[in-house]
Amino acid sequence: MMTNIGNRITQGQFSFLPDLTDEQITAQIKYALKNDWAVNVEYTDDPHPRNTYWEMFGMPMFDLKDPAGILMEINECRKTFPNHYIRVTAFDSTQGWETPRMSFIVNRPKEEPGFRLIREEREGRNMRYTIQPYATDKPEGERYG
Amino acid sequence: MAKSETITDAKKRYQSGVIPYKQMGYWEPDYEPKETDLISLFRITPQPGVDPEEAAAAVAGESSTATWTVVWTDRLTACELYRAKAYRVDPVPGTGPGTDKEAQYFAYIAYDLDLFEPGSIANLTASIIGNVFGFKAVKALRLEDMRIPVAYLKTFDGPPTGIVVERERLDKFGRPLLGATTKPKLGLSGRNYGRVVYEALRGGLDFVKDDENINSQPFMHWRDRFLYCMEAVNRASATTGEVKGHYLNVTAATMEDIYERAEFAKELGSVIIMIDLVIGYTAIQSMSKWARKNDMILHLHRAGHGTYTRQKTHGVSFRVIAKWMRMAGVDHIHAGTVVGKLEGDPNMIAGIYDTLRDTHTPQNLEHGVFFDQNWASLNKVMPVASGGIHAGQMHQLLHYLGEDVVLQFGGGTIGHPQGIQAGATANRVALEAMIQARNEGRDYINEGPKILDEAARWCTPLKAALDTWKDITFDYASTDTPDFVPTATPSS
Repeated sequence: MMTNIGNRITQGQFSFLPDLTDEQITAQIKYALKNDWAVNVEYTDDPHPRNTYWEMFGMPMFDLKDPAGILMEINECRKTFPNHYIRVTAFDSTQGWETPRMSFIVNRPKEEPGFRLIREEREGRNMRYTIQPYATDKPEGERYG
Repeated sequence: MAKSETITDAKKRYQSGVIPYKQMGYWEPDYEPKETDLISLFRITPQPGVDPEEAAAAVAGESSTATWTVVWTDRLTACELYRAKAYRVDPVPGTGPGTDKEAQYFAYIAYDLDLFEPGSIANLTASIIGNVFGFKAVKALRLEDMRIPVAYLKTFDGPPTGIVVERERLDKFGRPLLGATTKPKLGLSGRNYGRVVYEALRGGLDFVKDDENINSQPFMHWRDRFLYCMEAVNRASATTGEVKGHYLNVTAATMEDIYERAEFAKELGSVIIMIDLVIGYTAIQSMSKWARKNDMILHLHRAGHGTYTRQKTHGVSFRVIAKWMRMAGVDHIHAGTVVGKLEGDPNMIAGIYDTLRDTHTPQNLEHGVFFDQNWASLNKVMPVASGGIHAGQMHQLLHYLGEDVVLQFGGGTIGHPQGIQAGATANRVALEAMIQARNEGRDYINEGPKILDEAARWCTPLKAALDTWKDITFDYASTDTPDFVPTATPSS
């Protein structure tokens, strides 16, 4: 079990708040749509902080402007992967940005075992650090119960 | 309408002796600046008896080709091209006869592109602020703003990382980043210092930072600091699952030392290093190059700037320093808080933040921005707000500074009554609650205290922070404020 505040990984915009309700998620989606950002749903069972490419649950919803429709996609993803991490990302295509402008977690495994820190001692007192999710000791798809 | 007084008869013009700068060709009221000209805006307080146009011409002369007397060797050059040209002089509102201040003037001076070496802040500043600030004909002189032509900007690499790539590398989007400076800034051993870093990062901050004067002192050798800080960073990353960082200050006596420290930071896997403004423009550009080559975020502390940016009549506006630093290529720069303990008028801070973050900054006299500035796709610089800010001001900070900023709560984290982790958590919860409220469309600036109280109901650390600092404000008049008269829009 993780021992930090909330016993959870704290990636994303809202990990320090109580889990967002569907209503609160909808409000955030509306904000993204208001800014003309495309919403995407992604999932993973490898929460390494540098695991950039979570699996896409379909394509970014460039043409879907209905927050209820997007929430449906999120819930569909939750139903398919109830024990994965799922995040909602909003992409901005305007010049000078062309990058995600929002990213927040909307689903987590029931238990988050956290990360192992491996220290490789090198010459002098130099140290090489590696962080490994305990969960990834098991193959993909079998990691969280 | 002012007229050119330039002597056009070459024989007369180049007779040995001393003639007014105005007659030498440094005052050309009909001149229309070219797209490729660099334009400087100076605030001039002329010596008694010196007329404003002559003072402006003198500044143009001394910051370009002139010396105090006529020299025939001018005639071996395309001297008319190389002469900077003062082309407009406006009285500063609220100064001069009938006011309690002596007369000041805004002088617009245009410089040809070929006066400057490509990609060199040292060369640019050696001209524009080189000799002229000690010049006797002006009592005081301030460089207020500068329009940099796109052609010149394109000779600079700019920030090695920039806001967009920094966020992608850190995997942190849609909210300000949170930092803190380790305190006390001097005296901690490496081991104790790293403790502060670990606690703050584990509690919820993204970054911790060395202070400007933490280098390699008897109480803590730089290698010790780097080793313990990186232990703290990696431990915190493993306990939270987030990318974390500590700005390792590599400032040192020589470039050789600076490079050595930067290389060690890289070897240890740090995502970010830090330098101080006092290392100088050339050293900053060198480190920018190094950072670009090594995928390192480059944080700049503006140590020393207050000696020349704060007083309104003499020096260089911080807005100009911000422009130069975006060109020189830093990723972070301290740029004011509005509500904290250090100087900062809200309008002026807005002008500085826009200068750092816009792709195109429009003229905005109220913000002290005199020129449209196209940034020619130079990366955006992340401003850093640091000094006397706390969780209870989160709504104001978000309102004034926006979301692309690092909010640094040093005392506001480490001084928390329940400890450093609790302090960090209070700040992170306050921030996330405020971002959530803003995105939901709530009137967060007015409802700010209520939003914080709501979150404090389930977050004890936030409640303790609010109780401790709720009445702390730094309400002093700013010294650096804009001088402008709003232009009346004619009713049609």
